[in-house]
Amino acid sequence: MVQPIEPSIAILAVWVVLYIYSLAGSIDFGASFWAMVHANQETQAGRIANRFLSPTWEVTNTILVLLVVMTIGFFPKAAYMLGNVLIVPVSIILLLITVRSAFMVFAFSVERYRKVLQIVSGLTALFIPALLISALPVTQGGFVQMIQGQAALYFGKWLTSPSIYLYILFGLSSELFLSSLFLADYARESDDDSAYEVYQRYAVLFGPITLLVAVLALYTLEPEAAWLLDRLLRYKMWYVWSIIAFLIGYVSLWWKTKDQKVGRPRVAMVFVVIQYALATFAYGAAHLPYIVYPYLTVDQAFTQINTFYSLLKVFTIGLAILLPGFVIHWRLFMKDKRYLEGEKT
Amino acid sequence: MDTVTLARAFFGTSLAFHIIFATLGIGLSAMVLVTEWIHYWKKDRDYGIMAKRWTKSMAILLGVAIPSGTIVAVQLALLWPGFMRIVGQVIAVPFQIEIFAFFLEALALSIYVYGAGRLRPLYRVIAVFLVTLGATASAVLITSANTWMNTPAGFKIKPDGTIYDVDPWKAFFNPSFYEAAYHVVVSALMTGAFVIASVAAYRLLKAGSQAERSIHSKALILSLVVSVSMSFLTALSGHESAQGLHRNTPEKLAAAEGLFQTQRYAPLAIGGYVDYDKKQIIGGIEVPYLLSFLAGDRFDTVVKGLEEYPRWTWPPAYSHTLFNIMVAIGFLLLGLAAMALLVWWWRKRNGQTGWPKWLLYLLLLAGPLSILGIEFGWIFSCSGRQPWTIYHIQTTTEAATKAQYLGALFVAFVLVYLFLGALVCLVLTHYFKRNPIALEFQSNKTLGDDTHGTAH
Repeated sequence: MVQPIEPSIAILAVWVVLYIYSLAGSIDFGASFWAMVHANQETQAGRIANRFLSPTWEVTNTILVLLVVMTIGFFPKAAYMLGNVLIVPVSIILLLITVRSAFMVFAFSVERYRKVLQIVSGLTALFIPALLISALPVTQGGFVQMIQGQAALYFGKWLTSPSIYLYILFGLSSELFLSSLFLADYARESDDDSAYEVYQRYAVLFGPITLLVAVLALYTLEPEAAWLLDRLLRYKMWYVWSIIAFLIGYVSLWWKTKDQKVGRPRVAMVFVVIQYALATFAYGAAHLPYIVYPYLTVDQAFTQINTFYSLLKVFTIGLAILLPGFVIHWRLFMKDKRYLEGEKT
Repeated sequence: MDTVTLARAFFGTSLAFHIIFATLGIGLSAMVLVTEWIHYWKKDRDYGIMAKRWTKSMAILLGVAIPSGTIVAVQLALLWPGFMRIVGQVIAVPFQIEIFAFFLEALALSIYVYGAGRLRPLYRVIAVFLVTLGATASAVLITSANTWMNTPAGFKIKPDGTIYDVDPWKAFFNPSFYEAAYHVVVSALMTGAFVIASVAAYRLLKAGSQAERSIHSKALILSLVVSVSMSFLTALSGHESAQGLHRNTPEKLAAAEGLFQTQRYAPLAIGGYVDYDKKQIIGGIEVPYLLSFLAGDRFDTVVKGLEEYPRWTWPPAYSHTLFNIMVAIGFLLLGLAAMALLVWWWRKRNGQTGWPKWLLYLLLLAGPLSILGIEFGWIFSCSGRQPWTIYHIQTTTEAATKAQYLGALFVAFVLVYLFLGALVCLVLTHYFKRNPIALEFQSNKTLGDDTHGTAH
């Protein structure tokens, strides 16, 4: 019998959205953190971060909801299991997201208490990606127990496992690396050399740290997750290419531009996006066929076939209709010099 | 509390909190759309100022609306995993489309708020139209999922819970979808208008310059016109929804009306409370024949009573009270708005200007009452479906999570909701105190020359 292709398409779609959100979310939350760090300095660094955040955070947040909804739609049984297992960590993340968004918006409106509000939103934002990524090791085995057919989290183990903390550390350093690199590019686009230098320095610092933590995280996996490491080794070449992409991007931060400025952040950004794509998809491929090891595979969790096709149709049409919206948004807030430079003081 | 009750209280609280912001998101953006359009059409700067200030409130409210919506979306999976397992297989489509409505709203709102100065006036109107469209579409889509719980369709289920023969679009356009979506949208538009009316009335009660009073007066008239028409449509669509109950979920109508025996020429009970042990309404007024007529447009319509159904499937007895409060608020508001417009018209005909104080004091109540009406309506819709989560398919007990720690999480979320609710009020007052309307007159800028939501 020929294997049905639909579950593979569905998991690929979910994984693509997860990849996009891991980048967009890291940049979004990281920018909040940098805005806080540079709230009272002479440079424009803080302003640049806020200027990027105000029109984009809602769109970024929507990608997270898209990820949740896609998982529920394509893999209802995975949503069922993960919902039961991750209720506590996910609730904490939700509270952090709520506080962060509200305080960020309030900071834009209330001048007198802006600093306090910004500190709260910056600190909460810092921890969100770190906690989000701590869900990953839970799916790798060793953290889920079955009690009378009901999946539940080994809570104590989740709190104390070094593997979890290394993933958290990886989430943190990725967030700081990606967001500072992105903001360096955004500052260059805005022709702001002082802000560029600030963010370029952070990117130079956090790039190698991220890589180091990633390697450590893979080597401290729980014994139950040994299967994953075996499979990851099959995708060794993907990781080699990923590291090469990182090196090219990293080095380009010292390349000279035509007008003799140091650093090509756009080149760096593109190669880092490739670096994360290679690593993320190699990890995803190695994780197959399990969604939650060893209890749930992609095929077991898959939805009704008719529902799948309706969702696929809706998804394609929806993206096609909204594409011009994304393009206009991009041009107004990422490209338009009037926005990027207009409000300098 | 057992886990199921706890999960219900938890999710109900999250929804009740989010619904305030979601409703205002539709209602306020529609009001901004109307004023932007009048501004574009008549070139009256006052309307531009209104649009700008209402948009600012919208942007502040959105800071809570978006994360609280995210909470509701995720908590569906966290608290009702059993329910989501069926939802994912049958009625995932509206959730998926809703995401795109959500994207549309987020994109258009950023463009309208932060890009307004760089847009031509007509494009600005289009941008805010898309915001309203996105917000309204989200509400319609989420209503589709909710009505599917009341009147499930588009699938078959085996006794062991296996689902087959799925038709996602039939599930989407389930029997109670149209009237409920219509009711939700017009009542949200009504609420937005009443909230604006309350704020305008409040400002008119305080002293202010002639120019300020003129703006608030224009805002009040505009919002009253919108709220009269929308509360009228809300009443009409509510009537259709009730007829839908009669057709699709008779025990819900029977509980709402405290009707125990199936009968023709059924009376309508107003007020009082329902006693399930004595099987009667205590302290209510009965209008003979009216329930049958309302349910089926004929006095001899047979209306089913609760006794047709096993006792354990009766909706809670307080459904009758919730239903009565919702309807009472609706009619009260319709009457209030109509009266206010009449008074204004009458005084204008007799050459008087301004608004009588007593009327403004009454109008202060309109916004909060309208929000309360929405809350009671949703609580009626969802608690009136009990003990079912999916009507006649899945009970709430089967749907609920089996996880621990719910109590602590519930307390944490309630505290955050209270805190944010208070904070949002403080931020709104603080902002508008620091940026009084007089400042708008001083600046020579027209709307959109500055971005009206930024801090930069």
